[in-house]
Amino acid sequence: MFYREAGDYKTTYAEDSQTFPLKLDRYAYYTLLAVAFLVVPFVINDYWASAVLIPFLIWSIASLGLNILTGYCGQVSLGTGGFMAVGAYAAYKLMTSFPDLNIMIIVLLSGAITAAVGVLFGLPSLRIKGFYLAVATLAAQFFLVWLFNKFEWFYNYSASGQISAPTREMFGYEVTGPSASAPAKYMFCLVLVLGLAWVARNLTRGRIGRSWMAIRDMDIAAEIIGVNPLKTKLTAFAVSSFFIGVAGALFFAVYLGAVEVGEAFGIQKSFLVLFMIIIGGLGSILGSFIGAAFLVLLPVLLKNIMAGALGWPIDLAAHIELVIIGFLIMLTLVLEPHGVAQLWRVAKQKLRLWPFPH
Amino acid sequence: MSDSYVTPDGRTIGGKVLEMRNITLRFGGVVAIKDISFDIREGEIRAIIGPNGAGKSSMLNVINGFYHPQEGEIWFHGEKRKPMKPYQIAKQGIARTFQNIALFKGMSTLDNIMTGRFNQMKTNMALQMLWKGPAEREEVANREIVERVIDFLEIQAIRKTPVGALPYGLQKRVELGRALAAQPKLLLLDEPMAGMNVEEKEDMSRFILDVNDEFGTTIALIEHDMGVVMDISDRVVVMDYGKKIGDGTPDEVRNNQAVIDAYLGVDHG
Ligand SMILES: Nc1ncnc2c1ncn2[C@@H]1O[C@H](COP(=O)(O)OP(=O)(O)OP(=O)(O)O)[C@@H](O)[C@H]1O
Ligand SMILES: [Mg+2]
Repeated sequence: MFYREAGDYKTTYAEDSQTFPLKLDRYAYYTLLAVAFLVVPFVINDYWASAVLIPFLIWSIASLGLNILTGYCGQVSLGTGGFMAVGAYAAYKLMTSFPDLNIMIIVLLSGAITAAVGVLFGLPSLRIKGFYLAVATLAAQFFLVWLFNKFEWFYNYSASGQISAPTREMFGYEVTGPSASAPAKYMFCLVLVLGLAWVARNLTRGRIGRSWMAIRDMDIAAEIIGVNPLKTKLTAFAVSSFFIGVAGALFFAVYLGAVEVGEAFGIQKSFLVLFMIIIGGLGSILGSFIGAAFLVLLPVLLKNIMAGALGWPIDLAAHIELVIIGFLIMLTLVLEPHGVAQLWRVAKQKLRLWPFPH
Repeated sequence: MSDSYVTPDGRTIGGKVLEMRNITLRFGGVVAIKDISFDIREGEIRAIIGPNGAGKSSMLNVINGFYHPQEGEIWFHGEKRKPMKPYQIAKQGIARTFQNIALFKGMSTLDNIMTGRFNQMKTNMALQMLWKGPAEREEVANREIVERVIDFLEIQAIRKTPVGALPYGLQKRVELGRALAAQPKLLLLDEPMAGMNVEEKEDMSRFILDVNDEFGTTIALIEHDMGVVMDISDRVVVMDYGKKIGDGTPDEVRNNQAVIDAYLGVDHG
């Protein structure tokens, strides 16, 4: 009834393709931004930051990245964990080799290095597709984790085999290191998330995004409109890996502070991000956020309810979480392959027309 | 044959846009195309007909680079063409549709037709990331061209519909739209009317004639419906078992004994 486009006419093609075509959606978005920037930093505490908000922001970047490759360009990847590790180790090496380099630049450079590695591992995608490509990226996952374990240079020959993030500041606030505050870390991640989401949206709405989707939907037809399959797939690998590398750098430097590669960036992480985009919605920016929010919040919620309120043992709660996630994935795949984002879109469409469906 | 001619309806057909010289294409032991030569001239509607399995689709696949003939030469705009990838050939201004519709199922009608503008859109990745400025201006300029195609094909109502949800006849029309959006020099249509009812066929024939007439687009089409072929094409190539058995105006082809024989053996509705 109230959610509608009354008087919201589009008079130009630019307006017709804007990100939030409805006024109401635009206002909701601006409100969300205002809260995220002006309210949350002042009320955030360590628990909320480390249990919910920062992981949500970081996984959103990773899932945006994988969604570009898998959801938009149709190339399934199980190498996300490995590519996050590239971002993390790149950040570590850069931080320790260039102590004066700004942390924002380090994070972006880590993304760029991961993009280059992603392109390298994307090369086989010209020849192999679908299941076989997934297996090839799985090999990349294991190879990368092995690589960072094997060569001590990557962890500066530390005895523990771990890497740990030194303290770095942004505008005088510590964002990495043991004494960085929750609001500073949150703001640092938030700015990156917004910037990258904006980039993802812009890339997917125009020529490049359409060429990705063309490859995804029918590569033969893509070629006859002039799309170079290899170049297009490699662009998707590059952009996707950039995002995932940034996520890995943040996960290590801002969130965990110290990591051991197999534990932090194992194959479970590859699956986690894949589940995020399946549940949230393949080929949807909003879906990437929904999926990340869902899989970050679900364990927190379940833990609080089952272990906290009901007093069940913690490992039982963890098992039940896996069962629920599995069930939800099957449900989305069977009922709505385009994920929660699509359900939301359909619901909005109905709401727009209600109560007069014609 | 001289370099240009005038059609019965008074259009002047120009020089050779494309010339196939002694093309032979084999798949292992199967000879799909056997030593075929013909040309397609500026502004004409050129039909390729023949029984099932004659090699017609293979010929289009050779023209747009999916198949590489073992023998023969392809001349495009007076130059011998080197072996090229389909996307490179697309950039030279050859667009096509497929016998089995090949649309992008996950995208709307509008987006499908917008993909046809791919070759004409040039802003680089950095500008695309920014969107505001050149990227958005380019998008809008190309959207205007696409909207004209949408108007032309009378598919305004399904602009935002995912193409997977469209009936067969409309999907064929959207696929034509995608090819038209590229504003090609040469348009290849593989059975644009297959599986359509009489009314849809009439619409499609009208679109093909209008495209040729209004934009001067050179068209090569494969079609089984003889009535349609004889009505709309200027010249016809007839293939049978990979060989060319006839080439000429609809009237010449109709009275060609080899063609009559080939068609008596096989039923073609
Ligand atoms: N990729 C391929 N591999 C092997 N053989 C092929 C291939 N493409 C076509 N052929 C063979 O080439 C011959 C010609 O096929 P083509 O599809 O060109 O015929 P067509 O004239 O388009 O027939 P239709 O009217 O049924 O569409 C057939 O014998 C076919 O089996
Ligand atoms: Mg055919």
